[in-house]
Parts: sequence; structure tokens; C-alpha cells
Amino acid sequence: MTDAANSLNHRPTQAELDLTTVDGTPLKVALANAQKRARQRALFLVLPLLLFVLITFLAPIGQMLLRSVYNPSFSDHIPNLSVWFDENPAGTKPDEAAYEALALDLRSMRADKTMGIAGTRINYDLPGSRSLFTSTARKAEKMEPPFQDAILAANKKWEDPKLWQVMRGASSAYTADFYLAALDRTRDVNGDIVSVDDDRKIYAANFLKTLFLAGLITFCCLILAFPVAHLLATLPLRQSNLLMIFVLLPFWTSLLVRTTSWIVLLQSQGVVNDTLVATGIVADESRIQMIYNQTGTIVAMIHILLPFMILPLYSVMRPINPSYVRAARSLGATSWTAFRRIYLPQTIPGMGAGGLLVFILGVGYYITPALVGGASGQLISNFIAFHMQKSLNWSLAAALATLLLLMVLLLYWLYDRLVGIDNLKLG
Amino acid sequence: MPKSGSVNPTPWEFNLRQDTSGDAFVEFDKVQKSYDGETLVVKNLNLSMPKGEFLTMLGPSGSGKTTCLMMLAGFETATRGEIRLDGAEINNIPPHKRGIGMVFQNYALFPHMTVGENLAFPLEVRGMSKAEREAKVIHALDMVQMGEFGARRPAQLSGGQQQRVALARALVFDPSLVLMDEPLGALDKQLREHMQYEIKHLHESLGITVVYVTHDQSEALTMSDRVAVFNDGEIQQLAPPAELYECPDNSFVAQFIGENNKLSGIVSERSGDHVTVKLQNSAMCKALAVNCGGVGEETLISIRPERVAIGGSVGDNSTEALVKELIYLGDHIRCRLHVHGNDEFIVKVSNSAGHKHLVVGEKTQINWAAEDARALNPL
Repeated sequence: MTDAANSLNHRPTQAELDLTTVDGTPLKVALANAQKRARQRALFLVLPLLLFVLITFLAPIGQMLLRSVYNPSFSDHIPNLSVWFDENPAGTKPDEAAYEALALDLRSMRADKTMGIAGTRINYDLPGSRSLFTSTARKAEKMEPPFQDAILAANKKWEDPKLWQVMRGASSAYTADFYLAALDRTRDVNGDIVSVDDDRKIYAANFLKTLFLAGLITFCCLILAFPVAHLLATLPLRQSNLLMIFVLLPFWTSLLVRTTSWIVLLQSQGVVNDTLVATGIVADESRIQMIYNQTGTIVAMIHILLPFMILPLYSVMRPINPSYVRAARSLGATSWTAFRRIYLPQTIPGMGAGGLLVFILGVGYYITPALVGGASGQLISNFIAFHMQKSLNWSLAAALATLLLLMVLLLYWLYDRLVGIDNLKLG
Repeated sequence: MPKSGSVNPTPWEFNLRQDTSGDAFVEFDKVQKSYDGETLVVKNLNLSMPKGEFLTMLGPSGSGKTTCLMMLAGFETATRGEIRLDGAEINNIPPHKRGIGMVFQNYALFPHMTVGENLAFPLEVRGMSKAEREAKVIHALDMVQMGEFGARRPAQLSGGQQQRVALARALVFDPSLVLMDEPLGALDKQLREHMQYEIKHLHESLGITVVYVTHDQSEALTMSDRVAVFNDGEIQQLAPPAELYECPDNSFVAQFIGENNKLSGIVSERSGDHVTVKLQNSAMCKALAVNCGGVGEETLISIRPERVAIGGSVGDNSTEALVKELIYLGDHIRCRLHVHGNDEFIVKVSNSAGHKHLVVGEKTQINWAAEDARALNPL
């Protein structure tokens, strides 16, 4: 017994650290050499996966991070305007030189057929600017000095100081403007950061909503999964195997099928509402709206993410010996105290792992809110998808995605500080 | 039930704890237990033990001994019958209100608490003040020589240390009854023997009542005041260790406790306490009638190996034996003999000065007293 206690406190002495093999090589070197071949072979085996992850995961993430701060689609096509922006501070009223540079750039865009691309970049910040660029560029060929009058004659909108501010921002390929946009901020005519108009505020609120919903879903999953996992861990093997199949069944079913079945169940003419109406609990004209809104998102996502909570909890609960709770009871604890003081603390690694897993998956969930979320149940990933697919503002999508990633990393860090990442047990 | 006519006076005759008819501290009254409603795990348990006794429930696995312990602790409910603690029925009292200390087979030390917190737990749930708690924890740890380990986690302790902590935790709230469910099962032989003495000494110095469950007969004999031998859901015999070994009531006990030579036959004559048994090879053997039927009924004679003398034809029973095998065990020599058609007849020859040297294949004369041959029920 005392030997074991001593070995726990044992620190290697200097003499032990200086051990050598028979032929005089230091023991550590000899050990490293002896295992070199095995280590090389191991590396060789994981190499394909390493390359795969590098190419398909790390590289795209790097690309995304880059895209969120780098957009050359305007700055590449305005050599003359760039010079003017460099020479004049923000807020300077555009003079004849500025209009001349603009006219020259528009001409070259017309020649390269790039005014669409450049216009689109400005259009992100100032809707309607794309047509302004295309139409003015068509006329730029025939313009003669003074260019200010010529351009303003082509379209009065060129006078707008806001437009010039946006062009100034876009004249540099590297910009933080997409992050500002992702946080509902913009630059005023003087280049100062201000909030966007209230009716255009979307993202910040949606970030908060996404966090809140993911948190709520995680909490609901925990409450629902805990008894199930406990049952799984304590039932005799035959019954627990059957129950496990029920838990895993959703895993084996397509996500789309599961989500659509929620539509069948929850829609206004769906099973649940029909039953409520038939039993007279709800009047026919006041059917409950349970889908295509936030409720639909929450219900469907809880269902889909539940196994991710049950499985880590189960894997932690399974090895907890029932004699712990018995011991606590025999020592005088009520069943509630025994649960709270003895059983619950031992399941923390599972709750942590399940919670983190469900939360991170929930924060980035896309398909379910897209299908059943309606207008109020959209999460931030739906906006990211919108900018990827519809508005084609990839830089904004990248900025939103990066912010999401940062939030998740922040939470991970918080979790590590509060619970400890060693306390994580996934299975 | 000591036999006054025995040639060997046995220690149990001087054991004062034997008479338990007084006021019982723990009492099982016609207790039955069934898990599935089809078979009885505990058939009809009647047991009463006085305060301060160390009682061991001994039996093979599945004999119902652990179930009895769990019913006493409150983790299993008795299907029928009454369990009384200090005169009060406790059948419907939940485990945490019984105030019974318990040591589990795997110790069940709470892994997320330090040793000190483990010990403070029962005091905490009893609402004891912090200062009082600390004093008691230190006292309990000192009692098991673990005073300096209070800040360790159970995982940082060796098996023997964990065992001591588990013991201290079961004692720290001063229970009058402590249950132990094979507490030494996971320890190696040497440590186990050491802990047996320690538990025994703790029991003596604290004056607690202990119910101890084990399947290790030597553990039961070493530690207990009385041993209840369980088999098939019933107590086969409840007696002090010496009586259990020397006067087994039935074949199961004779077989289960210690080594035993069996000779089966039919009772041919019965006179008073003694019977004459006709063995399978038609030889006659005189034996003490303990648990056998009348003339013409089958019986099994049980003889302890150390009660057989080699090299002489004196005594009630004497016969020729063929030496089949000799095993040298240091302090004694184990001889396997062929006796009355039984190939597995074991005799222990003490390795003392001038003992008889046997050779394999040799024929020798052996004998035993009729009092040492106990005619029991056939298995």
C-alpha cells in the first residue's frame, strides 16, 4: 500500500534522467530510434486522411476567411479612381478630376465588359448601383470634358456622396466592410462607422436569435435525453438494445424524410391539429400554427439533434456502478440527494459533450430551418446560404460564417474554462 | 448443540455468545424473497442476532446471502416476512432512514469527491456542522490509519487503501449495524488476511454489530462469532466457526466448510447415538448418528482428513488403505488413499519428527474414531 503511495509522489532523480544504454547512447535517444520506424509507418497510414482534410477542409476555411476581408471585383477595374481616392481624404466632394477618372475607368470597363462585376460589388452596399454602372458605362465612350457635367447628365445619381463613400471603400481589395455589414454596421459619408437604418438591421438580431434557439434546443435535448439515456444504461441488455434501435432509427432515416414528416404532423391541416379539432380542444377556425415558424424549427431540430445528446450521455452513464447511489442511500442520503450529489456530477462529462455537440450543430443548422422555419424560424446559416446562392455576395456570406465560427470557438473556450475539455466524453 | 460424549472437547463449548435467545438486535422472521414470482431466492429465513455480534453469511454464489444483506440494507424488499432492527420492523423504511453502515464489494467510493469529502458525505446529509464533521472525519481516517490521505481522490489510492476508506466511511456516522458485502474480494491474498484481522479488531474495539457476506470459508471462520451457511435460499447451519467445522449438521456444510472425506452406504444398525453403516463395498463402519435415517436408509459418512490416523488398527474403525498419491505441503503431507472403494480419500500426515513415511503403492492400515465419523444425509 505504501509502495503505491510512494510511486504516486515519485519524481525521477537526475541520475535516472541521465540513463544510457549499454553502448553509451542516452536512453531517450535510443528509445526514439527504436520507435522511429513504427512512427513513420503510422504517419504513412494517416497520410491520405491528412491530405484529404487539408484539401477539403482547411483550405476552404482559409479561402472563406480570406474572402471575408478580400474582394477585388471593384478595385481591380478602377486604376484611375484609385489614384484619386488615395490623393483625397474621405469626405472630399468629388471634383472634375474625380469625374474624369471615373469616366476613364468606365470606358475601360466597357471595353473589358467588367462593369457588371464592378457594379455588383457597389450594389452590395448601395442597391440599384449595378444598373447605374452598366448604363453610364455604355455612354462613357462618347463623353467629353467636362466629365462632371457629362456623367451627371447621364445619371443624376452619381452626385450621391453615399455612392462615392461606397466606391472609396470598395477601391481597396482588403476591407473590413463585410464584417461591418454582418454586424448591421456601415460607414457614413465621412467614413465613420454607424448603425444601419432600423429597418435594415437583420444579422445582429439573428445571431442572437440563433444563439438563443441553439441554447434552448440544447437545453430541451438535455432534459429529454437524460431519462432516456439513464433508461438505456440501466435496463437489461435485451430491452436496452431495443430502445437503442429506437434512438438510432432517426439516424438511419433521411433528414428530409424526418423533416417532412414533421410538416405532415404539425401543419394546420396536419395530424396534430386535426386531432385537436376532432377532440374539440381547438376550434376549427383557430388551428394552431406550429410549423413554418420558430416553433417548427425548434420542434424539428430537437428531434433531429436528440441522438447527439443521448449517445454521449449513455456512454457516460453506462459504466456508472449502481452501487454509488446505493452507497449514498445507505449513508443517509434521500434518493434526490443521492441523484444530485452522486449521480449527476458523474454524468457531467456526458452532459458537456452532448451539450457542446448539440449546440454547435444547432448553431450552424441549415436544412431544417429552411424547410420548416418559415419567416421567423430562419437561423443565421439560412442567411449565409442566401448570400451564397441568391445575392451572390460571397464576401458577406464568408464574413457571417467567420463570425459564426468565432462564436463557436468562443463557446468552446468558455466550456474549457468552466468545465474543462478533459471532462468531455463522446463515447 | 455440543455433544457431551465427544472425545475431543471443542472450543465452542466455552463460547458464551452461542446463546442468542435473549433480546435480538437484528431479526429475520420467516422472510421469503422472490424476484420473478416463480422461484424463491430466499426460502424461509429465520435469524436473530444479538447486539455486538459478528455474523457471517457464507455460501456459494446464488445461495441468497447477498439478497438477505440487500433486504437488511433496504435495497430489496422482502416478498414475505418481517425484518426487525432493534425491535422495530424496518420492511417499509427506506435505506437512508435505517442508519445502517455498508461496505460494498467494489468499495463504491464516490470518484468525484476526495477521501475527506467521501467521509463527510454521510455527516453532511445528517446536517452536522462543519467543525463537527471535520473532527469526525479525521477520527475515522485515523482509525483505519489513513489520516494523511484525506485530500486524495479514490482513484489515487491502492485497493487496500480504498478498502480502508470504504470501511471508515461506513463507520464515520456511528451506525450500530454495519453490513459488508464481500469487502475483501478484490484484494490479494496477503492483504486480505491482514484486513480480516483489522476488521475483526475494529469490530471488537467499537462494539458494533456486523453482518458480513462472503463466499470465502476461511474468511468466515477467521472473523466471525457465528456463521450462517447458505445454500439454495436456506440457512443450512448457523453456528460458531468451530462447531461448524467439527460438527456439521448436514452433508452440504461438511462439504462446503473445510476438506471432507465421504463414504456413502446404508444404515444397517442403530443403537442410541451411534449407527453401523454398510458401505458400498460391504464393509462396516461405525459412525455418530447426526442426520441420518433409520435402518435401511441411505447415508453419507463424513470424516475430516486430520482425524484419520495412519499405521495402526486400534479404534472403532480400522481398514486397509492403498496409497495413490503424496503431495508435500511443507507443514503436512497430503495423502490420497484408496479406502473402501473411494479413490479420493484424503489423509493429512503432519510433518512432525518421527511421522510415518508412506510410499506410493504401499498398503497401510488406517483408523478413525466412531465419533469422528458423522453419518449425515445423502447428497
